[in-house]
Amino acid sequence: MSNTIKVDIVSAEKELFSGQAISVVATAVGGELGILPKHTPLLAELKPGEIRVNISETQTEIFYISGGMLEVQPDGVTVLADTALRADDIDEAAAIQAKQRAEQMLHEQHTDFDYAKARAELAVAAAQLHAIQKLRERR
Amino acid sequence: MPATKEIRTQIKSIGNTQKITKAMEMVAASKMRRAQERMLTSRPYAERIRAVIGHLAHARPEYEPVYLRTRAAYRVGFIIVSSDRGLCGGLNHNLFKRAIEAMSSWQQKNVEIDLCLIGQKAESFFKRLGGSIVGNVTHLGDAPQIIDLIGTVKVMLDAYAEGRIDRLFIVSNKLINTMTQQPQVQQLLPFPPAEEMARAYQWDYLYEPDPQYLLDLLSKRYVEAQVYQSVVENIACEQAARMVAMKAASDNADGLISELKLIYNKARQAAITQELSEIISGAAAV
Repeated sequence: MSNTIKVDIVSAEKELFSGQAISVVATAVGGELGILPKHTPLLAELKPGEIRVNISETQTEIFYISGGMLEVQPDGVTVLADTALRADDIDEAAAIQAKQRAEQMLHEQHTDFDYAKARAELAVAAAQLHAIQKLRERR
Repeated sequence: MPATKEIRTQIKSIGNTQKITKAMEMVAASKMRRAQERMLTSRPYAERIRAVIGHLAHARPEYEPVYLRTRAAYRVGFIIVSSDRGLCGGLNHNLFKRAIEAMSSWQQKNVEIDLCLIGQKAESFFKRLGGSIVGNVTHLGDAPQIIDLIGTVKVMLDAYAEGRIDRLFIVSNKLINTMTQQPQVQQLLPFPPAEEMARAYQWDYLYEPDPQYLLDLLSKRYVEAQVYQSVVENIACEQAARMVAMKAASDNADGLISELKLIYNKARQAAITQELSEIISGAAAV
């Protein structure tokens, strides 16, 4: 089986594919790339698109990814797939959101129900009640 | 018999609590299994990226991305991964203790700290403690997706790239086994050097588009993947800890119930004896 290449397609959440194939076709930012066994080391950014893994002459598996990276070594191909659509402006928006959440959390101390504080107050009240009960029993 | 009635109600209420803790234990056990699977399936991604970065750093010594460079620390960032819900034993508490330990060792060196919080427990704890919180995310659920974390991670990555923080750490629980979870502090940025970077021969990739762009992109993805892994692992820890805590609670309830039953039976017996002796002495008097 010297004319096959090991292919791994992984995303941050799970492994999508792992096995031997005779060739792989991926959509890189510069155009389609076909990878055959013994390809020279290559690193490419992938566009959202499909990856065709030709397992044999007749059998092909197709994966759709929303971007990622392709690494080629003489003995294997690794696709680091993004599961979510990634773009700088989307990432930026998410970052701004995270910051806003933090600020909001710090400001909203009174509107948001603070369980920890409420629990502490409840403990104090319960202790007081307990003490009063004890006092009554003594009388 | 007011005393026996009181004991009976208490036994009943403990029994009800026990039903809840038993159910929670079983739920946690099944969720833990799923969380552990998720943990294992997300592992290859980070490993692969690490390997590629290792190749790259070796193949391209002239370009060193900002994420690999170590500089003097004036301000450090901490990402703290906690659970959203409680009732999981000392899991979060131990984690916060470990985090504060690590933070105070920096503070002693007059280094300032920025915090990024994941999970509600961290939010309420560090809100009371104070500190500069620059980002947070809560309600990730049992199956978080990487897209939920991107924003939080990017806040820290940007801060690092722009030189606002000089180190980035992540504090999270490590699942050793079901019974033990260990809080740990890991350095995310700059990358700690890896052994596989030392190689005997020289080679280089073909790049599409250019190496610097790709290396930076990979570095970002790598940090994201690591944070994601920590979050998933922390969920597995949370479920394991909850399962153990609920098991202990159910066992304690068992103990309490058997103790109370003993007291109840004694009280019942005493009441019957008393009644009998009253009847007999009454009969004797007549």
